Amino acid sequence: MQLTEIRWHARAGQGAVTAAKLVAETALEQNRYMQAMPEYGPERMGAPIKAFTRISAEPIDIHCNIENPDIVIVLDESLLDVVDVIEGIVEGGTVIINSCEPPEMMRKVLGMVGGNVACVDASGIALDTIKRDIPNTPMIGALAKVTGVVDLEAVKGLLVKTFGKKFGQDIIDANLTSVIRSFEEVNVA
Amino acid sequence: MTEKRTVAATGNVVVAEAFRQCAPDVVAAYPITPQTTIVEEFAKFVAQGRVHTEYVTVESEHSAMSACVGASAAGARVMTATASQGLALMWEELHIASGMRLPIVMANANRALSAPINIHCDHGDAMGARDAGWVMLFAESAQEAYDNTIISLKVAEDPQVLLPVLTCLDGFITTHSIERVDLLDDETVESFVGEYEPQNALLDLDNPVTHGAFAGLGGPFFEFKRAQRDAMDRSKAVIERESAAFSKITERPFGLIETFMMDDADVAIVIIGSASGNARHVARELRSEGVKAGVVKVRCFRPFPGAEIVSALRGVKAVAVLDRAESFGAQGGPLFLETRSAMYDAAERVPLVSYIYGLGGSDVRLELVREVYTDLSDIVAGGSVPDSLVYLGSR
Repeated sequence: MQLTEIRWHARAGQGAVTAAKLVAETALEQNRYMQAMPEYGPERMGAPIKAFTRISAEPIDIHCNIENPDIVIVLDESLLDVVDVIEGIVEGGTVIINSCEPPEMMRKVLGMVGGNVACVDASGIALDTIKRDIPNTPMIGALAKVTGVVDLEAVKGLLVKTFGKKFGQDIIDANLTSVIRSFEEVNVA
Repeated sequence: MTEKRTVAATGNVVVAEAFRQCAPDVVAAYPITPQTTIVEEFAKFVAQGRVHTEYVTVESEHSAMSACVGASAAGARVMTATASQGLALMWEELHIASGMRLPIVMANANRALSAPINIHCDHGDAMGARDAGWVMLFAESAQEAYDNTIISLKVAEDPQVLLPVLTCLDGFITTHSIERVDLLDDETVESFVGEYEPQNALLDLDNPVTHGAFAGLGGPFFEFKRAQRDAMDRSKAVIERESAAFSKITERPFGLIETFMMDDADVAIVIIGSASGNARHVARELRSEGVKAGVVKVRCFRPFPGAEIVSALRGVKAVAVLDRAESFGAQGGPLFLETRSAMYDAAERVPLVSYIYGLGGSDVRLELVREVYTDLSDIVAGGSVPDSLVYLGSR
């Protein structure tokens, strides 16, 4: 598998950095090479932020921001008004947005011609399951479904392993449910 | 059989892990971004009883290095970490540590120096200390940061060396990014670094010694400095020996310099740190386009591997030396100055250009690296060599 580059767009506090990290850790579980890094800037709750994940079967040489992502993940729909989230996206790239809107409509909003646009109500799923609007783990479920870059079972395994150290079974279960639901409910156009 | 653990971790986390495995007697440190998580993680290990270290929380980096100097002179194995302004505040003690021949290992999370204030990566902090008498290693990745830390201790404490070592990793890019890292088991590291046998410990009451005494006019100051120079020169062979021994365990290469596609290169970039891979990546792309591009990564800056660089650059038609640090008023960045000086010994005269890049964390985009190779190809094709340094990608 060649290098896959993922760029995360979110507002500070939504857990994008954790998600970027979880995806990288899942990739390691699948015995791949990976990098995960936030774009460090002034961190104020709600401010637009970026994070990055690289995954490859080969060791990764480069250390720089991702300007031509294969996959863009948007954790906050309202960012579409302020950030050009698809800037530099590769031809045939994939955008996954936390949104209740149909993906066809989002494709128009983004002005995307080719590639894939996917929408999932990650906030709604998070509120249902985790009981807080932290859409990061649901988005990983959608990522697994839409791109296959990580495997759903590996994501679940990692969540149990990582969250198991810090949280009780109820929180682990809530996160697992959120990932599975998002895997099942994501719509692609 | 060495058991390896593969983890997804930041550079800082694995440096802290290396510290724990090296089991220092004393760590005196003061937190500063982007070094903080090294000392934070290590403090956790101490609190958990996973390492038996006297962890001294001090009120500044000046005190941190002072405490390290005292502890090391007393005969302890000493490690610490800092960055940027913290390293600057240690300025006096850096020279005292090397002058007293104290084998302290310090990790430095490379960060720009103020002003204006900036917490991101460049090598201005470490390069500012390049004449402080410390051995200096630079990591490209979290893996190298881990490996370099362990090798540093072995080199510092070698009786033929007895010099402090600064082991550098790039702030945020390496300190805070999560990468895949192979860790050694505790026993392997413990047996590699061995038991520390201090040479001139103040607490060795049977063999009383004085450290850092007055050596004024007519005293041996001049000879002390000569001895330091000799020790630094000797350290090169020790680094080579110990890194070879370490490579044997890890099956990972370690060179004072590491070359990429240099055998038949026409154009080459000489570089230090995390952007080295960016250069390799672009060189690889250019090769497929028919450009004979190569890279020389410098992993050890002090002692400077001049002869090795000259040898690696043999036959190259144009060279770019990329510095992530300034040396205002000089003819180029610190790595350029050293490289061009070394190249005076080359059989043929090769055009060299000094590029300053990535200051204050400025992103090292691949097209910037490509720009450098294009400049070099132009020079090879008969274009003129810039008569001053180039600020790569400056707006």
